[in-house]
Amino acid sequence: MSRRRNSARRAGQGTGIGVGLATLYLSLLVLLPLGAVAWKAQSGGLAHAWGQVTAPQPWAALKMTLAVSVVVTLINVITGTLIAWVLVRDDFAGKRAVELLIDLPFALPTIVAGLVLLSLYGPTSPLHVDIAFTRLAIGLALLFVTLPFVVRTVQPVLMELDRDMESAAALLGASGLAVVRRVVLPNLLPAMLTGAGLAFGRAIGEFGSVSLLSGNLPFHTEVSAVNIYNQIQSDNPVGAAAQSTMLLAIAAVVLLALGLYRRRASRG
Amino acid sequence: MVSIEVPAVAAQKTPIRGKYLLRVVALGYLALLLLLPMALLCYRAFGHGLGALWSSFTTSEARSAVVVTLIVAGCAVALNTVFGVGAAILLVRRSFPGRRILDVLVDIPQAVSPIVVGLALILVYGKFGIVGGWLERHGIQLIFSLPGIVLATAFVSLPLVVRAVAPVLAELGDEQEQAARTLGASAWHTFRRVTLPSIRDALVYGVVLALARSLGEYGAVTVVSGRVVGKTLTMTLLIDDRLQNFDQQAAYSMAVLLALLAVGALLISRRLQSRARRLV
Amino acid sequence: MSISTRNVSKRFGAFTALDDVSIDIESGSLTALVGPSGSGKSTLLRVIAGLDVADAGTVRIDEHDATHLPPQRRGVGFVFQHYAPFKHLTVYENVAFGLRVRKTPRSDVRARVAELLDLVHLEKFASRYPSQLSGGQRQRMALARALAVRPRVLLLDEPFGALDAQVRHELRLWLRRLHDEMHVTTVIVTHDQEEAMEVADEIVVLRDGRVQQVGSPDDVYDCPANDWVMSFLGPVTEFDGQLVRPHELELTTVPDDDALAAWVVRVTRVGFETRVEVDVDGKPVYAQLARDAAHLLRLAPGARVYLRHASGRAARDTPKVR
Repeated sequence: MSRRRNSARRAGQGTGIGVGLATLYLSLLVLLPLGAVAWKAQSGGLAHAWGQVTAPQPWAALKMTLAVSVVVTLINVITGTLIAWVLVRDDFAGKRAVELLIDLPFALPTIVAGLVLLSLYGPTSPLHVDIAFTRLAIGLALLFVTLPFVVRTVQPVLMELDRDMESAAALLGASGLAVVRRVVLPNLLPAMLTGAGLAFGRAIGEFGSVSLLSGNLPFHTEVSAVNIYNQIQSDNPVGAAAQSTMLLAIAAVVLLALGLYRRRASRG
Repeated sequence: MVSIEVPAVAAQKTPIRGKYLLRVVALGYLALLLLLPMALLCYRAFGHGLGALWSSFTTSEARSAVVVTLIVAGCAVALNTVFGVGAAILLVRRSFPGRRILDVLVDIPQAVSPIVVGLALILVYGKFGIVGGWLERHGIQLIFSLPGIVLATAFVSLPLVVRAVAPVLAELGDEQEQAARTLGASAWHTFRRVTLPSIRDALVYGVVLALARSLGEYGAVTVVSGRVVGKTLTMTLLIDDRLQNFDQQAAYSMAVLLALLAVGALLISRRLQSRARRLV
Repeated sequence: MSISTRNVSKRFGAFTALDDVSIDIESGSLTALVGPSGSGKSTLLRVIAGLDVADAGTVRIDEHDATHLPPQRRGVGFVFQHYAPFKHLTVYENVAFGLRVRKTPRSDVRARVAELLDLVHLEKFASRYPSQLSGGQRQRMALARALAVRPRVLLLDEPFGALDAQVRHELRLWLRRLHDEMHVTTVIVTHDQEEAMEVADEIVVLRDGRVQQVGSPDDVYDCPANDWVMSFLGPVTEFDGQLVRPHELELTTVPDDDALAAWVVRVTRVGFETRVEVDVDGKPVYAQLARDAAHLLRLAPGARVYLRHASGRAARDTPKVR
């Protein structure tokens, strides 16, 4: 149990300069560039921007990206919670290696992730499983890169969970499954939602691994990030900016919604 | 005599069968998704023998890619370390209007697609960008040149040092610093002699994470780089380049190198994480 | 509903928590399991509840062999030291939990929960969450929750350990009154011997996983089975080669053939008692006197006094052994 020593926050020496410098750095590196994206998107008028987003190819890419991301996120909620459960409640030889492996998608370059999946599940697969150039490939790549999110948000909560609560529920007559359903999962829900939000945000913007595995076939396996990249290369910055703003907006809305729901769900 | 009551382990809730089923499903999933692909990578990279592997590392392209990547990562991590420690102190120890906003802003880079990062930087620092245009007139080029890659890499690794240091700062509390101040130490002296050593493990942990992230960035770099060998071609871009030229061996070799660096970073950061926690 | 254990043993690795423990708990009684940390009292309670499985021995609840029954089916109510509230549920839902699991019709649930909240004086808190309650309120909720499903047996594991002294005292008395009304067989684990003596009909003293003595509070206090039990349950001092209670020592300033001579070392007044530390042939002995008595003797460090064990009887009677 962490002992948080509450230290009063003061406006001490150098706070003003510190805040100023931090703000400057953030502005130059993050805020200004992102603002420029939004600004560029509407530089030809809002109607034009919307037209860029809803043009057949970008629109198809967006729909497909969102659909696959949602499915991948849902799968992650299940598998992530399951893996966290096994890591916390079970013990077996090699568990520490598994713990380490979970974080690999965080540290691995996306293009290496793509290459790694391509070699096992692509044309040169020793298992003769070839899903390259399919939507399944996109799902696979996204599952890879979003693997750690739900696991790592659920795991600490599961570790801190009061085991007596589960014992109490059992003594009141709840079967093993009922204990999980009525006591454990409700307490894990906020963490699961947080992880889901992070995973979704990552999934919709993924580029490196997907582009290698999916073949980027227009109207079929082209994700939004790839389409945006193509727009940049073909010198259509407005189109690229419009779609980028769309992606940013979606990510923001999802994170906000989950944040609100989480605040409602986590009491006590 | 034992002075604490040994905590009793609750009786099995999931029956034995259920436990093994969960374990098999979880490990099976991980094997198919992570383990097997990584194993195959190693197999393919080392498949033609260490000689072939070594020769792909020692091409001039590969060597310069490594150098470029190290320079870029070094600069980006240096910037984010200074920012990271400063921001962590501001967020944890100081109060000022907009503190909560700063807290949210720090996390933004994680939610932005790498391609969008590249685009955003081009729009501001590219030849026709607001800042870039002005710099261009003074002969300074950022995008398609090394500084641009540094910017992109700094963007994506921004939160990592802050988020590693801040929780540890919070848990430590500022009693030690207060004690130093009452003994007459100046703010800078307190920072250097008291604050910094106490967050050392967390800081190194954050730096290692940021370094791993910086070494491996691909999407954002692909947009802002001109892919000039020896100048703006990073290790990840080299992999892409080799794949496009059907030079599988070189691509796999570089991929394995990056994978090993990633695993190494994870191992180090794990150890640092547990050490940082123990000090609190 | 009676409980009995026979030859129950339990180890955790190299640590022996319970060693051949056999006890009988009478139906309708309030029994306290007392002992220091590590004595096995909580483990014994958990074995009775089914939360831990004994390595050897049997547990019988109401004449049925319950040794291998899962906790769900033992009809046992349990209250934890840290209350184990369902954090995500309101007080109402917490108390209703056991009833909901049994698919009790909604109207019956409402009636029963209202009855219990009334009993524990938490009627006004039904829609609050446990985090909004004080420690004492949470414990009362935990008790209501356990009682909701009409358990045959009520087990409490250091239920007041995490509370302030004042609250602890109030709840202790309240529990005793509750028991007198409801007559559910109750077993309470505590390391506080005062609590045990105040509340229980019968006391089981445990040490290092073994039963030291079983008996009523008077039995175990006045006729302890061994020196350890005697010193655990109350203050002791060594006098004339035996362990005696300090308040059983008589102190006079008049020389007496039957009494031992001593020098006063220190006189401490604690509330209504006066504690006198004396030196008998180089060994420290503590006597406890009523304040007035001490005052009359005008004791001061260095004074010469004479000590005698009251009633002249042996320090320990033959204990009632079960």
